Amino acid sequence: MVNRSNHTEEAIWQLLETVKDPEVPVLSVVDLGIVRKVIIEDENTISIAVTPTYSGCPAMDVIRMQLRILLLENGFKQVNIQQVLSPAWTTDWMSEKGKEQLKAYGIAPPLPKQTVCHPDAFQEEEAIQCPHCLSYHTRLVSRFGSTACKALYQCLDCKEPFDYFKCH
Amino acid sequence: MESDTIVMNETAITDALIDCTLQLADDSLIMGHRCSEWCGHGPVLEQDIALTNIALDYVGQSRNLYQYAALLLEQLPKEKALSLVDFDIIPEHITEDSLAYLRDVGAFKNHLLFEQPNGDWAQTILKIFFFSVYRFYLFQQLQNNADERLAAIAEKSVKEVTYHLKWSSEWVIRLGDGTDESKFRMLQAIDALWPFVGELFEPAGYETLCYYSDMLTFERLRSDWLNKINQIFETATLPPQSIGRWHQTGGKNGYHSEHLGYILAEMQFLQRTFPNAIW
Repeated sequence: MVNRSNHTEEAIWQLLETVKDPEVPVLSVVDLGIVRKVIIEDENTISIAVTPTYSGCPAMDVIRMQLRILLLENGFKQVNIQQVLSPAWTTDWMSEKGKEQLKAYGIAPPLPKQTVCHPDAFQEEEAIQCPHCLSYHTRLVSRFGSTACKALYQCLDCKEPFDYFKCH
Repeated sequence: MESDTIVMNETAITDALIDCTLQLADDSLIMGHRCSEWCGHGPVLEQDIALTNIALDYVGQSRNLYQYAALLLEQLPKEKALSLVDFDIIPEHITEDSLAYLRDVGAFKNHLLFEQPNGDWAQTILKIFFFSVYRFYLFQQLQNNADERLAAIAEKSVKEVTYHLKWSSEWVIRLGDGTDESKFRMLQAIDALWPFVGELFEPAGYETLCYYSDMLTFERLRSDWLNKINQIFETATLPPQSIGRWHQTGGKNGYHSEHLGYILAEMQFLQRTFPNAIW
């Protein structure tokens, strides 16, 4: 809970850590990198700029509502949530903590050094590490997975299928 | 006199911007709807999921575009806004939903190519491939457009389109250079869709006014598009194509094939039967 007296930007960022991506519930919206700006206008008013991961991400509506409720509960009377599209979100904005949490949850995090996603067909991918047995001996099963942000892989050592938070 | 001319030009450009935004939105929505028709019918589960994910990207892009068109229209006096967009049912407020659900066939500006039926897997793949290549080059240019919001939507969308381009290129190659049957299906798909390709590169009046006049030339878009198609076709062992003089046109100006009516009947049914229903 943030008191009126500690409406500092830092406290707000900490508070926003409690809002999770509903499709990947270990990852906070801050670690995901989709909260771009926090502006405390005055003691009653706050503006938050949020950018979507994908244009059609159905989690965005839920996230916006969660942010609004959280800030209203914490004493703000006017909460402005703006969508920004430029610069476009990239997996490079995901925090290191977020990547560790993803891995612990069984989702291979995006590669640390992102290569720009290239349109060429059958382009060689860098090896994706299995989040279960840590083997790099894995294969792409499908470019699309359970949500817009993931692709489906399989480990050729432990044989487990897993999601990869794909290049974007 | 001079200042009057400037004002008139600015008005014409705003009108054209609204038309352009709607045109882009309609292409995205109709493609999104076509892809969504495969939901539960894909040849294998992974590709069923691929098509619904792509549909989601298209519908998301169309929402960003409709929201912008609605914003531009709401800033105008209502009478003026209604003179620009032909609503079948007049909405209280112009929103992304009223633009999607309350316009009839003649008000839609999507290209004829994208309302064509899905056909078999080969035809579906080929249409997504054509659309992806088109959008890839169009959005790359649009992300530098003078209109900041349109540029931002293009910048966001092009990343998604890049991934669709990769996926659909792989499928064109897999089918073209696959079995006799898969190759035959691809050749059939080219025959079915090619007559509609030329319309992509024939500017409508509003497109010329809005953005193609200064920085986007249709020539460049057309040559980039055709080079990429033929590059992938070559790998896929499919015959090279050229764009001739004759092609089907009309979609961008509201003249559609009968297929669009069926799409809208299904898509708009609920809003027209239960106006303003939300869930």
